[in-house]
Amino acid sequence: MNHSPRTSFLLAVALLVPFAARAQVTADRLLHAPDEPQNWLTYSGGYASQRYSRLNQVNPSNVKNLELKWVFQAQSLQKFETTPLVVDGIMYVTQSPDDIVALDAKTGRAFWVYHYIPSPAARPCCGVVNRGAAILGDTLFMATVDAHLVAVDTKNGHAVWNTKLAEAASGYAATMAPLVVKDKVVVGVAGGEYGIRGFIAAFDAGTGKEAWRFNTVPDPDQPGHESWHGADWEHGGAAVWMTGSYDPDLNLTYWGTGNPGPDFNPNQRLGDNLYSDSVVALDADTGKLKWHFQFSPHDPYDYDSVQVPVLANSNWNGTPSKLMLWGNRNGFFYVLDRATGKFLSGHPFVKVNWASGLDADGRPITTPQPPGQPTFPGIQGGTNWYSPSYSPSTGLFYLSAWENYSTIFQGTEAEFREGQRFTGAANTNPIPGADNPGGQRVGPIDMYTEALGSGAVIAIDPQTGNKKWKFDMHDVNSSGILTTASDLLFVGGREGYFQALDARTGSLLWKQSLGGEIIAGPMTFQVDGKQYVSVASGNSLFVFALRE
Amino acid sequence: MKLPWIFRYAVLQCALLSTVLLLGTSAARAQTPDRAPEYFPADVQYGAQIFASQCAACHGENGDAISGVNFRAGQFKRAVTDTDLRMVITNGVPGTGMPGFIFDASEITGIISYLRSMSSFNSRSLVVGNAARGRALFEGAGKCGSCHAVNGKGPLVAPDLGDVGALRTADFLSRTLADPAGSMVPSNRSVRAVTRDGKVVTGRRLNEDTYTVQLIDDQEHLVSLLKADLTEYTVLKTTTMPSYKDKFSAQEMADVQAYLLSLKGVK
Repeated sequence: MNHSPRTSFLLAVALLVPFAARAQVTADRLLHAPDEPQNWLTYSGGYASQRYSRLNQVNPSNVKNLELKWVFQAQSLQKFETTPLVVDGIMYVTQSPDDIVALDAKTGRAFWVYHYIPSPAARPCCGVVNRGAAILGDTLFMATVDAHLVAVDTKNGHAVWNTKLAEAASGYAATMAPLVVKDKVVVGVAGGEYGIRGFIAAFDAGTGKEAWRFNTVPDPDQPGHESWHGADWEHGGAAVWMTGSYDPDLNLTYWGTGNPGPDFNPNQRLGDNLYSDSVVALDADTGKLKWHFQFSPHDPYDYDSVQVPVLANSNWNGTPSKLMLWGNRNGFFYVLDRATGKFLSGHPFVKVNWASGLDADGRPITTPQPPGQPTFPGIQGGTNWYSPSYSPSTGLFYLSAWENYSTIFQGTEAEFREGQRFTGAANTNPIPGADNPGGQRVGPIDMYTEALGSGAVIAIDPQTGNKKWKFDMHDVNSSGILTTASDLLFVGGREGYFQALDARTGSLLWKQSLGGEIIAGPMTFQVDGKQYVSVASGNSLFVFALRE
Repeated sequence: MKLPWIFRYAVLQCALLSTVLLLGTSAARAQTPDRAPEYFPADVQYGAQIFASQCAACHGENGDAISGVNFRAGQFKRAVTDTDLRMVITNGVPGTGMPGFIFDASEITGIISYLRSMSSFNSRSLVVGNAARGRALFEGAGKCGSCHAVNGKGPLVAPDLGDVGALRTADFLSRTLADPAGSMVPSNRSVRAVTRDGKVVTGRRLNEDTYTVQLIDDQEHLVSLLKADLTEYTVLKTTTMPSYKDKFSAQEMADVQAYLLSLKGVK
C-alpha cells in the first residue's frame, strides 16, 4: 500500500499516540501521581498516602447505578489483601504467595502471570499474603514472603533481578508493597513474632543492589540504643510490614514500625525499646534518621505502629502546615508535624484504658490494668494496618475501627530460638467460649460481636480530634478506605459488603454483598473515559463501574 | 502482628481467671513459658479418666514407667510447652513405642490439664461419671431432651448436642450445668424481633450482620430478616435452661457430664 507523505505522517502520529499513552512510569510521574487520577501508581495512590482520588464520575447521585463489570479470581485461598496498580489501562495485581498478574483493566483478561516460588523456609506469622507491587520505568517490584525483593518486566512478566533481603529461616518475611522513591525501591521486613531485628532498606531500581539500610533497632553505637538493656535489642523486633510515604519537598520517607519482641512480656526488654511502635523519618537518599516519634514506648500489647503514614497539607493554628495524620493501633489518633516530628495533638478514637491520655510530648500516661482484667483496645487494636484515607475535599481523616474490643493480656517468659515464635503470650479472651474475632474471618458465621466488639468507619476532624461521624458495622472492620473528589467513601468489612458512604455525613448510599471478607483497600481508576472502582473480597478482585 | 497462635490456643482453653480455682502454684505457672494460664478441675478429671484408659498401660498409673519420663514430677523427654505436649500426643514419637493418638479438642485439653496437674491431683476426690446413667438423666429427670436434640432427634429450640463432647471442654460443660446463663456463649443467644406489620418473631440466632439477622424460630423455621424492616430487635442474654446445681447430686452431675462428653458427633 502506498501513502502520501502527509498520510504517512498522520499514520505515524496515530500509531505513536497509543505508544505514548503507554510510556514508562518515570520518577516524575510518581511524584505527580494524583495529577493522573485515571491511574493508580502506588500502593496508596500517591506519595502522601491519602488513598484519595480526584476522579468524580461516580458521585453521590449516581453511585446507586454501580454494577459489576468483571471479576478476577485469585488462584489462592489465602487472605487477599492486595491493592492493584493501574497504569494506562493495564492492571497489575498480586496474589498469594507472590504472583503478579497483568490484566486488561477494562475486561479483566490476563496478559501474563509471573509466578514466584518462595522458599519452604518462609514462615510469615499471620498469613501468606502479598499486598501489592510498586512500579518504575518498565519494571515492577514485589517483596516476597521469603524476604526477597524481585524486579519484573511490565511487558512480559519476566524477572529482571532478585535480591535477598534477609534470612527467611530466621523468621524474616516481607508482605508489603514496596515504595519507589526516585531511583530506589524502599522496603521493610516483617517477622516481629520471631525475634527478628527489623530494618528498612533501599535498593537500586536498576540493579537490585542495596543503597542504604536503616535498622529499626539501633546498634550499641547508634542513638536510641540506650532504650534497651543488655542484649535484648538483638531480638528486638520492630518489624516494618506496611508501605511508607514520601514528602519530596523535605526529601523524607516515613515508615511505621511494629512491636518489640517478645510481644507480650515487656519485663524481658526493659526500656522504651526504640524504634519499635514508632514512625521514623528517613532521608530518602541516605536512609539517615531525621526524626522519630514513638507512639507506644515499652509496649506490652502488640500495638504495632505500622499504619500507613498519611501526609496532609493543612492549616494548623492558622498557619499552613505539613501534617502527618495517624490513627494508631493503640487507639489514639495523632497529628504530628512531619518536618520535625513534633507532637501536635492526640485523641482516643475508641475505648482506651491502657493509658489515661497523652502528655504534652505525646507520650502515653499509662494505666496498666490489674491481672485478669480486660485491656481496651485488645490485641488487634483500635485499628490496625488497614489503609485509612484523608480527603482534601472534606478535610476529614477516615479509618476502620474495632470498637468495645478488649483482651486480657498476660505475658510469659519467652525463650529466643532463632526462627521460632518469640511472643511470650498467655493472653485470653474476656468472654470465655465466645468465638474469637481474630485477625481474619473464619467461616461465614458471626456470633461474637455484641460480646467482643464491633466495627465502624470513623471520620475524624484532624483539627480537633473530634469524630465528625461514625458508621457502625455489626462485625469488626478490617477494610481499607478510599475517598474520591465527589465526596464518596468506599469501604468493605468483615461481613463482605462493599459500601459507598457520603464522605461528608457517613450516610449509606450503596452497598453490594461480595460474599467474602474485605480486608484490602479499595482503589479507583479510569479507562476510556469510564471510572472503575475495585476491591478484593474473599479470594477475588471485583471491579465496578456505572451502568451504561 | 495479627494474631499469635498462642492467643488462639489460650482462648480455646476457655480460661476465666477470676472464677475458677487454680490448681498448683499459679504464680510459678505464670512465669513458665507457653503454658495455659491455668488448668480446670473438670478438665483435669476428664484427663485423668482418659489417661487411665489410654496412657497408663505404658506410662504407668503415676506416669513414671518410661525411663526418663515422670509426669508427676513434670519431667518430659521432648515437651516443654503445652503445644509440644499436644504435638507429641497427636503425632507420637517415631522410633519409640509412643503412637499418635486421635483425640478431639476437649480430650486433648483434658489430658494436658491432667499431665500438668498430676503432682497435685487427688484421685480419691475423683467423681467418675457414668455415661449411661447420664443419658437416662438427660432424657428423664433432667428434661434436657425437651429443648435439646441429639444428632437430629429432639426439638431444635436449643442447640443440638450431638457433638458437644468434641466441641466443649469438660470444664465448660460442668460450668454450664451449674450456671447456664453465666456460661452461655454468644452463639446460643435468643432474639426477639418485631416487623413493621407488628409480627413478633422469636428464636435462636444463627448469624447476624449489619443489615440482616438469621435465626431458627420457635416453629423451627429458618428465617432471615432485614433489619431495615424491623421496628424492634433485641438480643436476649437470658436463657430458659435451669441450673442443675441443686437438682442433681455431684454424682448425677458427673454422670450427665460424662454422657455429654461421650457425644462426639456422627462419624
